[in-house]
Amino acid sequence: MADFTEYKNVWVYCEQRQGELQSTDFELVSEATKLAGEIGCKVVAVILGDQIEGLAKEVAGYGADEVIIADHPLLKNYTTDAYTKVLCDLSNEFKPEVLLIGATNIGRDLAPRVAARLHTGLTADATHLDIDTKGYVEFLRESSTIDVDNTTFDYEDRNLKMTRPAFGGHLMATIICPRFRPQMSTVRPGVMKKGEWTEEKANAAVITKVDVKLAAEDIKTEVLSIEKAANKLVDLIGADIIVSVGRGISKDVEKGIALAEELAEVLGGGVVGASRACTDAGWIGSDHQVGQTGKTVHPKIYVALGISGAIQHTAGMQDSELIIAVNKNESAPIFGVADYGIVGDLFKVVPQMIEEIKKAKAA
Amino acid sequence: MKAIVCVKQVPDTSGKVAVKENGQLDRASMATITNPDDLAALEAALKLKDATGCEVDVVSMGPATAEGMLRECIARGADKGFLISGREFAGSDTFATSQIIAAGINYIGVEEDDVIFCGRQAIDGDTAQVGPQIAEKLNLPQVSYAAEIEKDGNALVIKRLLEDGFMKIKVQTPCLVTCVKELNEPRYMNVAGIFGCFEKPIEIIDFPKVENDPLIEADTIGLKGSPTNVFKSFTPPQKGAGQMLNGDDVAAQMAGILAKKHLI
Repeated sequence: MADFTEYKNVWVYCEQRQGELQSTDFELVSEATKLAGEIGCKVVAVILGDQIEGLAKEVAGYGADEVIIADHPLLKNYTTDAYTKVLCDLSNEFKPEVLLIGATNIGRDLAPRVAARLHTGLTADATHLDIDTKGYVEFLRESSTIDVDNTTFDYEDRNLKMTRPAFGGHLMATIICPRFRPQMSTVRPGVMKKGEWTEEKANAAVITKVDVKLAAEDIKTEVLSIEKAANKLVDLIGADIIVSVGRGISKDVEKGIALAEELAEVLGGGVVGASRACTDAGWIGSDHQVGQTGKTVHPKIYVALGISGAIQHTAGMQDSELIIAVNKNESAPIFGVADYGIVGDLFKVVPQMIEEIKKAKAA
Repeated sequence: MKAIVCVKQVPDTSGKVAVKENGQLDRASMATITNPDDLAALEAALKLKDATGCEVDVVSMGPATAEGMLRECIARGADKGFLISGREFAGSDTFATSQIIAAGINYIGVEEDDVIFCGRQAIDGDTAQVGPQIAEKLNLPQVSYAAEIEKDGNALVIKRLLEDGFMKIKVQTPCLVTCVKELNEPRYMNVAGIFGCFEKPIEIIDFPKVENDPLIEADTIGLKGSPTNVFKSFTPPQKGAGQMLNGDDVAAQMAGILAKKHLI
């Protein structure tokens, strides 16, 4: 067994874009405090960028004991080469036991490159993390069909157990990296719960500025421009109410989306989601997609209109607090995850629901 | 210049997925397809061929049965196929897989202005890790999530997708690009291509062909060379069935329930 005594602490790579931290950073720092508590170590947040020292307290307030700031003009915009080099240098110098990275489009570019260079394992898109085996067994009891009481577990095990969906969400797999450090995982945005930010924690954190060794020759790509999407993107992850549409709107796509928008509105102002069938067909932008290859959401109310409920979709919404499904086909699998099911034509049922909800609200 | 396209044969997870009692996937009972993002990568390479006349090589790591998929890629317009196959490679995680594919690509040979195209991610694992890890092992620059590619002399200018917009990135060749479905509409096989695909070569790259590559070591490939292990795999439990609403007044019932729960 390799000697890992040098490896300490749970690191979170905190991604900033144009000087703005991403919400997944706060989720990961919060989650890291749980993991660090299980093994009694520190949470270290790492921020790379140009003139980003001011961001330190913003993440520290979620419970980071230390914030490492790697500040350099060549880190202004994300480039694979520069960010990989600096993060690998830091990891080699400080030897974290765990390194978590948000599974954003950038995190998923950076993390594999870093893991390959450090010669360590990487789990993609984890949705659940445990170090303590007791907690892991409780998680299995809730979230798996494993008979945990008749299964043997090693309660001394101190490996990070990284659980993720595979095969479009049909299977869950818990991955470990027993022979190498750091144990790396990208973590699916929107899944881990963000804790509370406090001034006290923000002030208590140690802020460490490190020397960055980087030269222009290290970077083989050139960022010509960064542009925001022309349309405002829908915030599925933060939404309390989501009304999603599926293939069932094919008869009249525009009407179907309009009904979903109206229903979301009367439910208290929500957003419209969609199944992969709809985004693949180009009926609605891919930023609306809920599911294994889209976003994972857990709103207070999730309404599925004309969505059959393939695991691809349900993997992204089954943890919603209340699920209502409307589908013509009474054997649609969506009814297996719904709290309330209505068999019927959404073009008939939804206008009625809108009317009745308006009435109920007025009452 | 040439284009090398990495493709993977995957179980069709959008259809019926069969899971065995022990929580493992019953691959034998499932249909296989070419990974969708990889078809976008192939199309990107074929567009480069249309514009420059360059050679397009397709490479896959997998069992002997993946040869059929490589033939399909040739029928779509690729020139040569390479199948990296051997029991030494079995059980590889993304790290070990990228070591092996990188060695396979070294065997094919990467020249000055070549471009390696991969799909962003495969639908069986959804990791998006192998492309960037191949780039790392080959010491090449990478651009992932490519949604537009333009050739600009010896460089490519790539529109790279972000969640909230995009970046324009210029990258010198040789380089590795991972492609998303939005990049293009894959062309179909034509009749001439289907007939011709059996004339074109598919070479098996087995262990002896790459064993002298520095990337190939007992502790970097296969199950033993994989830093990650599956600790447990399991199926999520079915949520208890909910309540079906019946009758002519389902909409009113639903509104009533929401009101009672103080959700509206």
